[in-house]
Amino acid sequence: MSDSADTVENAVETQHGCPVQDSLGQRVLHVTRDQYVSVIKVLADEGYEMCVDLTGVDYLEMPHRTIGFGIQPERFEVVVNLLSLSQRKRVRLRVQVPADDATLPTLFDVHPGTEAHERETFDMFGIVFTGHPDMTRILMPEDWDGHPLRKDYSQGSIPVQFKGAHS
Amino acid sequence: MTIISAGTAEGGQELLSRSELTAKELLREVGSVLRMSETEAALLAEVETEAPEDQTMIINMGPQHPSTHGVLRLMLELQGETVLRCKPIIGYLHTGMEKTGEALTYMQGGTNVTRMDYLSPLNNELVFSMAVEKLLGIDGDIPERAVWMRMLLSELNRMSSHLLFLATNGMDLGAVSMMLYGWREREDVLRFFQKVTGLRMNHNFIRPGGLAADLPAGWRDDVLAILEGLPSRLEEYDILMTGQPIWRERLQGVGVITAQEAIALGATGPILRSTGVAWDLRRDMPYLHYDELEFDVIVGQYGDAYDRYSIRFNEIRESMRIVYQVLERMPSGDFRIQNKKVTPPPRARIDESMEALIHHFKIFTEGFKVPEGEVYVAIESPRGEIGCYIVSDGSANPYRMHVRAPSFVNIQTMPHMMRGGLVADAVAVISSVDPVLGEVDR
Amino acid sequence: MGAIQNIVDDGLGGMDHNFVTARIEDLVKWARSRSSWGASFGLACCAIEMMGTGASHYDISRFGMEVFRASPRQADIMIVAGRVSQKMAPVLRQEYDQMMEPKWVISMGVCASSGGMFNNYAIVQGVDQIVPVDVYAPGCPPTPETLIHAIETLHQLIEDGEIMHRRAANNGGAGVELTSELSAHTSVTIGTK
Repeated sequence: MSDSADTVENAVETQHGCPVQDSLGQRVLHVTRDQYVSVIKVLADEGYEMCVDLTGVDYLEMPHRTIGFGIQPERFEVVVNLLSLSQRKRVRLRVQVPADDATLPTLFDVHPGTEAHERETFDMFGIVFTGHPDMTRILMPEDWDGHPLRKDYSQGSIPVQFKGAHS
Repeated sequence: MTIISAGTAEGGQELLSRSELTAKELLREVGSVLRMSETEAALLAEVETEAPEDQTMIINMGPQHPSTHGVLRLMLELQGETVLRCKPIIGYLHTGMEKTGEALTYMQGGTNVTRMDYLSPLNNELVFSMAVEKLLGIDGDIPERAVWMRMLLSELNRMSSHLLFLATNGMDLGAVSMMLYGWREREDVLRFFQKVTGLRMNHNFIRPGGLAADLPAGWRDDVLAILEGLPSRLEEYDILMTGQPIWRERLQGVGVITAQEAIALGATGPILRSTGVAWDLRRDMPYLHYDELEFDVIVGQYGDAYDRYSIRFNEIRESMRIVYQVLERMPSGDFRIQNKKVTPPPRARIDESMEALIHHFKIFTEGFKVPEGEVYVAIESPRGEIGCYIVSDGSANPYRMHVRAPSFVNIQTMPHMMRGGLVADAVAVISSVDPVLGEVDR
Repeated sequence: MGAIQNIVDDGLGGMDHNFVTARIEDLVKWARSRSSWGASFGLACCAIEMMGTGASHYDISRFGMEVFRASPRQADIMIVAGRVSQKMAPVLRQEYDQMMEPKWVISMGVCASSGGMFNNYAIVQGVDQIVPVDVYAPGCPPTPETLIHAIETLHQLIEDGEIMHRRAANNGGAGVELTSELSAHTSVTIGTK
């Protein structure tokens, strides 16, 4: 019994201590918050020079989703896309961020280009990136209340009345 | 600390590994970005201080400004006429498109995404459709004709976008007649788009599964007419701008960015290519059938605004080369995949068959359901790498749709390009970055 | 009628009197409608079509409008071309206030007229919530022909004087009244459930 459990465990591919998932042919690493910056630094050494994208996802309406690999799914997820120009490949990292402690270290020191992305993720989701040089709203007015891309923030649509329709 | 040694002419040197390079080492000047909130800047103005000779002044450029390419606001810290630091303030065109994308079905998603980069709408639709097709698992089954048609439209869109760049670049630098000339060429391409897609802009023509309709009869002659009229006009613009001393003075050496900075900031497209890095997704990570076509990737040398202008100018010529090849090799066949799930039935059948009517109704009202998953697809738009990250929860609407807009990231290079230049150079820099505020703010 | 026939027959020699009377107001309205300058307020995709209308193929220079003044103080018509976001709304109002009377507003495109396809938290649902609009041009984006039609409609209204009559009755045209409760730093809380 323990042998088969071991073989199952060994069958999961890991890279730098993070489980690797194949999502439709794309390589995805599931990183914990503690490993986050160090894994990205190691990947930068390995040739992933450019951080192409950093965004967030609010999984409030999918509470029973499973990720596998023994990872506890949280409400927020931060998704980082890295690109290796020299080796022509991409890798995607997914970090779970809990709702009650929505913080994550900043990637500004490793990839200065994430400055705007992290501000946008803060603006839209409320995830604070500690160590960011300018953690303010970027898309909404500076004194806006609420984080629009969260699932409990409504579309804000006005009911449209059509001419001739029963009101 | 990882020690990498390099043998140089001065003996062995210790290089820092990439992970140890922080922003201070990667960027020439971290202080280029003015990190001050708007209220702080406003309060500064109210504070009365003695005015020494070298006091710096923070002024606003925009959001309503003839030269900021849309509603971009720049807070410039000036000393006299020299720009010290700069902060681009965006959000004046924030439309909540990512939120709207969650409320629309996958079929309607194209109408939303196409309005992000409104100068190359077909590229936005293409990246969205490719992401949805990957989630559906049909990305390998798109018919050949659909793929070649997508390439044709994408390259024509690149041409019209770069022509608009030439027009606005000219106007910003004072060659106002270039504005009229650039628009004259653009009109030819837009007229072709109107014939094919029905609209001049924001077409919603490239949809998941293929395209909305086939090319109309006589399209070859129309495309040839565009391609034959262009070279002589491009030579005129060469005479008007490229060799002209005033143009060179205004653009050469202005807005210089190094390759290391560009990569660190995530800049792609003509900005990255102007620094000497030959990175073009069409050649390096090919999508559609770009690997079967012959075209060159134009690369600059000095990373200045003149390089970016030349790159875009010559990319028009390269796109023409691609369109000629597409014209020769356009296969016959379907313009969209014949997959009942994704493709609505032909309009004529709706009159005859009840199932076709129900099928049509369901696809357009309820939408088609896409299996759970998440995917990121990127293509080369005229501004750089545009990517679409979609998370699907199995329903007919995307759970999360995020578009990685190239201009959003390219704008971060602007403070570094403007530092030490004059205010007039700031205008040249904005113009050479060619941002489209629709995709910056989404 | 007779006077006109005389002129047709004999040219200026056919005139009985050597002066013609008219109202200065008519002359002024005629001049205003044919040389109105636009304030450039291009925001999004509609701005591209507006620039296309100003270009050589659709040429609004023949209607006297090829000059798009950057400064609102020198402009007559504000063509709001594109979607107005929450952050942009105060800027729009400030622009409008800076324009000198007489001023007119064309709302170009569906996003400016009613919020368009973006019925959400970020877009002002119709620019007429902020400024008084004289002519609405629908389309997404409106083709240059539609915009020219809108401009010509506005020119006709200027020439007829319709707008100035309405303005006089409507107390200057700005039907928006600011009460003391509205302060500049009120935080907005729409959309939270």
